[in-house]
Amino acid sequence: MTAPTMTIPGRAALAMTAARRRAYWRETGVAYLYLAPALVLLTAFNFFPAAFAFYISLFKWGLVQEEFIGLQNYVRLVTNEEFWQSLGISVWYVVLAIPVEMALGLLIAYLLFQPLRGRGAYRTAYFLPYITSTVAAGLVWRWLYKREGGLLNEVLIALGLPKLMWLDEPEGVFQLMAHAADANLPAWLAGPSLALVSVCVMSIWHYLGFYVVIYLAGLGNIPRETYEAARMDGAGEWQAFRYVTLPLLSPTNFFLLITGTIGALQAFNQIYVMTGGGPLDSSRTVLMLIFKTFYQQTRVGYGSAMAFVLTALILLLTWANFSLVGRRVTYD
Amino acid sequence: MTGAKAVAGIARASAGLGSRPGVIASHAFLLLGAVLTVFPFYWMLVTSLKTNTEAMASPPTMWPLALQWGNYASALASAPFGRYFLNTLLVATCQVTGVLVVASLAAFAFARLRFFGKEVVFTVFLATLMIPGEVTLIPNFVIVTKWLGWYDTYQAQFVTSLASVFAIFLLRQFFLQIPRDLEDAAVMDGCGTFRFLWAIVVPLSRPALITVGLLNFLAAWNAFLWPLLVTRGAAMRPIQIGLSAFSTEAGTRYAELMAASTMVILPTVAVFLVAQRYFIEGITRTGLKG
Repeated sequence: MTAPTMTIPGRAALAMTAARRRAYWRETGVAYLYLAPALVLLTAFNFFPAAFAFYISLFKWGLVQEEFIGLQNYVRLVTNEEFWQSLGISVWYVVLAIPVEMALGLLIAYLLFQPLRGRGAYRTAYFLPYITSTVAAGLVWRWLYKREGGLLNEVLIALGLPKLMWLDEPEGVFQLMAHAADANLPAWLAGPSLALVSVCVMSIWHYLGFYVVIYLAGLGNIPRETYEAARMDGAGEWQAFRYVTLPLLSPTNFFLLITGTIGALQAFNQIYVMTGGGPLDSSRTVLMLIFKTFYQQTRVGYGSAMAFVLTALILLLTWANFSLVGRRVTYD
Repeated sequence: MTGAKAVAGIARASAGLGSRPGVIASHAFLLLGAVLTVFPFYWMLVTSLKTNTEAMASPPTMWPLALQWGNYASALASAPFGRYFLNTLLVATCQVTGVLVVASLAAFAFARLRFFGKEVVFTVFLATLMIPGEVTLIPNFVIVTKWLGWYDTYQAQFVTSLASVFAIFLLRQFFLQIPRDLEDAAVMDGCGTFRFLWAIVVPLSRPALITVGLLNFLAAWNAFLWPLLVTRGAAMRPIQIGLSAFSTEAGTRYAELMAASTMVILPTVAVFLVAQRYFIEGITRTGLKG
């Protein structure tokens, strides 16, 4: 890539190869000195813990390390209804948040990509929630959702509609719709609780700006000749978008799908502040369950097993994305 | 943005988004979305300036009957917010400094030095991005609190964040752009690699360093779960945990709670508005997710 930094000008050509080799190894030593802090820290707090998590999960481990129990934590996990329920909630969370964030993010970015007056101000407005703390913003939304005196219910009252329980509502949203039409759905069709959907709405609000900014960068990377050619050929706005812009945005879509999914599975602060995982555990995602198992019940080994399974699922999902969607991603 | 203009010109010709009705519709949609997006901040601010009784009034008032600035004082008085702010500032300062030093050194090696095993080490660094935070949470808790014995300290709150692979990649990109001639000239003048890094590379890379610094400041300021695990009391805890604790204590005193939330959000908003381009640049380049 680059020539060695330590070449000494004017040295005889005779000694060149030997001197070069010596300089190379000297530079290697210097380079590892520069890398040492990062290497030590990454090993100590990233690589080692990933393996250590598996080790911990093989033990009965409360306040201190107790006995080795092999894969028992995993056996218990697979048969634990709570875990599967939480996994379902996490999946709902991802399924509700990511498509909306991507669709809205793309729409807003596409509109902002035009030479509109005030586009800088729009971008600032959409991006603002992303930089605010999810704890403080979660409290603000909890206040908006409040059953008595909360703004959303006041709006419903003003519209002559019945109030909703929002964050206190454990019933599924499909079931609530069915009830409104005097029908009743079987339990498995009830859908995610209104509490979870309410938290999702807050999360979409919080992360949307990130999607807008990434899509704006993606749109900026598309060579303008491609648009121009398409429009010259008589393609309409929608056709140009559908057959030119969208395919060329596939790397951006792919990136957002993966990072968005991983990020959504890590959502914690806003759930902690807004519902604490309730009501009736209806917004208790896997990370919330891990937190409760580990922090509130001090079951370190069992919590570690959960974290390990979740990680395996994330890696599997990423791999599946790469091999299913990734193959259709167009790079130019 | 001449490209966008050209596109819009063509679009206008064939009556797409760039046509007059199209522009008006775009503005209408974007404006509505922006208002909805900013509205929670407005409501936070307005509530923070009402009396607790007025905040709960039905129907609600859109603007306070009389501005209650006293809410801010009483919020500050009812919890040790001063201490929380101080703790957060200290942890954030250490984290930003540490990340900048560690990342600059590593990025310099990747960008400017030729060494044995470079590709392998680079791939290894990349691989850390595949390790999700959930799995390292519990082991890191054991390592930091039990093995290092740092439970309820400042260093426990930032030590695990010091090596940022995102920061290393971003700085490396920047360091790669520094002209070779500059390095040759420096070496000619008897400048060692470290002096070259410190006296030439670092000053030339100010925008990238500011970006990395700001993103890490933001992360430290908004940190919640990790400090919650490794700290115990108000003496060490950062502002986000303080705010969360205050929310339980405040109960239905929503005016004061919103005053406290405003104070927690305000510094980041101020920093963002001043340094917006660095944030956008950094997030675009790394896709860093808060």
